[in-house]
Amino acid sequence: MTTHDHNIDKVTGTPTTGHEWDGLQELNTPLPRWWLWTFYLTIIWSVGYWVVYPAWPLLSSATEGMLGWHTRTAVVEDLAALNVQRGPLVAKLEAASLDEIARDPQMLEFARAQGRAAFADNCAPCHGTGGSGAKGYPNLNDDDWLWGGKLADISQTIQFGVRSAHDKSRAGAMPAFGRDKILKSEEISEVADHVRALAGLSTERGFNPEVGRKVFADNCAVCHGEQGKGNRELGAPDLTDRIWLYGSDKQTIMDGIRNGRGAVMPHWAGRLNPSTIKALTVYVHTLGGGEK
Amino acid sequence: MGAAHTIGVKGAAAVEAPELVRLVEQAKLDPGPPDDEPLYAARRHVYAQSVQGTFRRIKWTLLLFTLGVYYLLPFVRWDRGPNAPSQAVLIDFPNRRFYFFFIEIWPQEIYYLTGLLIVAAMTLFLMNAVAGRIWCGYLCPQTVWTDLFFAIERFFEGDRREHMLADRKKLTLKTAASKIGKHITWLGVAWWTGGAWVLYFADAPTLVRELATGEAPFIAYAWIAILTLTTYVFAGWMREQVCLYMCPWPRIQAALTDEYALNVTYRYDRGEPRCSVKKSELLRSQGAKAGDCVDCQQCVHVCPTGVDIRGGANLGCIQCGLCIDACDAIMRKLGRATGLIGYETEMNIQRRLKGEPAIYRLVRARTVIYAAIIFITGGIMAYALGTRDYTGVSVIHDRNPVYVRLADGAIRNAYTIRLLNKEQEPRAFMLSVAGIGQYDLEIIGEPGREILVGPDQTRAVRALVTTREKLAPGARLNLQFVIIDSHSGERTETHDHFVGP
Repeated sequence: MTTHDHNIDKVTGTPTTGHEWDGLQELNTPLPRWWLWTFYLTIIWSVGYWVVYPAWPLLSSATEGMLGWHTRTAVVEDLAALNVQRGPLVAKLEAASLDEIARDPQMLEFARAQGRAAFADNCAPCHGTGGSGAKGYPNLNDDDWLWGGKLADISQTIQFGVRSAHDKSRAGAMPAFGRDKILKSEEISEVADHVRALAGLSTERGFNPEVGRKVFADNCAVCHGEQGKGNRELGAPDLTDRIWLYGSDKQTIMDGIRNGRGAVMPHWAGRLNPSTIKALTVYVHTLGGGEK
Repeated sequence: MGAAHTIGVKGAAAVEAPELVRLVEQAKLDPGPPDDEPLYAARRHVYAQSVQGTFRRIKWTLLLFTLGVYYLLPFVRWDRGPNAPSQAVLIDFPNRRFYFFFIEIWPQEIYYLTGLLIVAAMTLFLMNAVAGRIWCGYLCPQTVWTDLFFAIERFFEGDRREHMLADRKKLTLKTAASKIGKHITWLGVAWWTGGAWVLYFADAPTLVRELATGEAPFIAYAWIAILTLTTYVFAGWMREQVCLYMCPWPRIQAALTDEYALNVTYRYDRGEPRCSVKKSELLRSQGAKAGDCVDCQQCVHVCPTGVDIRGGANLGCIQCGLCIDACDAIMRKLGRATGLIGYETEMNIQRRLKGEPAIYRLVRARTVIYAAIIFITGGIMAYALGTRDYTGVSVIHDRNPVYVRLADGAIRNAYTIRLLNKEQEPRAFMLSVAGIGQYDLEIIGEPGREILVGPDQTRAVRALVTTREKLAPGARLNLQFVIIDSHSGERTETHDHFVGP
């Protein structure tokens, strides 16, 4: 302790801290005072934050702050600003017909971008993020449409839904031929083979085409047509193409005939605004399967 | 009184009484370590004296040149045609474009900035290897604006001596008026500095008119305010404090230097021992050694950072050479050789003291390597700019679903194709694909296969490729996407895959 004194470094003339490590001494170079004042200034500045912004937690809430700033209101303001920015294009979308939107490159691009976002928010849970569908939920990228693939058809389906609660809903369901005892088990098996034959798929050994054709004509043709080409008015699928909503194996087909089918799509009119429904229509139409 | 002593005395309670008394007495006598010394010191104001000479002239020239470039460059026009801005240097944030005379950079070409930064860093290193901190002394904005602010200060408050005297005396109406005049002029220059800054981000003449009429966007006024404040504070008040306490370059520079790097150096082999003119004559007449330094302090008085260069290499020295001018002026008056302070190396001083010749080596490993890196990077950048593509195409394959089976069994893949038109004219491109036998190509929203892209814009379109060919299971065909400029026939291509089930 007694070894300390006011050491002055001979080379620089600066006092040392008096500490020594293996013969090395540290110069005591004081920091300029403005650093200190800057530090105090930042502390004072931080007090301003406490007053102006929400800061101190209370029992059930927090101090409000003079500005009344809130993360939630900030988001609402940002969204409002975005809507103002999009306003002119949204107005254009509202005024234009679906065909006009599809023809105008600028409106088409805007509608597709809006539609994609709305699709991800509302449609993706059932139809998948890319509209690729799943068992019982149609793939919207292909060219096979239960209720029609023109812009007007798609718009109607989105607005009013399928077998939904809306008055204008698209209606029509596949009856439960087995459960309701309309057809016997053997008949169901025969007609299922007949349906596979219509699509050019293999049939089981011992399949009797005559019985299958007769059962089909008596029970199925009224909706699916004599040739099994389907009927979009009723949402009856084309049974001759390569696209199967539930699957093309005999078991799945028999299951459909026995218990019926009646998948539901909710209506979106009243839940989404008209311009969003237009954007969704255009987006789905341009995924690839849209009909002229 | 050191805290350690107090504890030591308290802890010594068990020590016998005479020993305790002795310790207490000793503690009273011993002033202890300088624990009570302040950790913070008030700033020592630097009153830099004006000086004339070679380096001062160089500094004035560079000051006029750099400030001239900074203040006037936004007004330089450059014709790029009707669809592009006509400002030579423009950072166009809303449209995401950077214009520099004949160069136009898009956001995805920001890697040019990397090259620019490499060249800038290496130039700084090369400068340092050749002649120390010449960047700091002549070109750094902090130095240039501080220099200008010093000149303004001298104009209002007089040179060093006059200014110091006035500051020591009580404030009079006259000195107060000169101080107010100085600060107003400083603020004016600072305001003009901030004003010039925002002109690089918008069309300069338009913005000047908007600023004058109060129609400019808020952000422009905000930036002018910020830069006015920083310029005024840094160049007027902080000055050498920025170099000493805020800037990292002096620290980096100290690690990059070597024994051949020229630095502003006091040639103590010639200057020591310091003595007055009379004493040196006396000593010399007796055959004793007398230095050329007369300890006139001129080198210290002119220094903008308040350094005494005679103390050796110094962190505070920005190597502006003004002390060289000051010393040379004195030496000329005394009829002695100039160059007592000069761009020199410590090694050469030591060599001269030993009677060896001085060595100056400009070409050495580090200067060659720095120069080579500058040349190579610059060359790559020039090549990249010279061969810059004015057309671009990129393709993103749909991820979900990767393929679609159509009702008749055909397989379709969908792509998002982005076309880039970097020319200032609208262009039309014909799209085609190759790598698959028979196919249908449909572009959403376009009746044909021609895609129009506006001037200096990109456009993304959705394209559908459908084939009815029989594909092998898990097929993954290499697909070429070709765009051909309908007017010039220029061909650009990229590739992606066609995926089958």
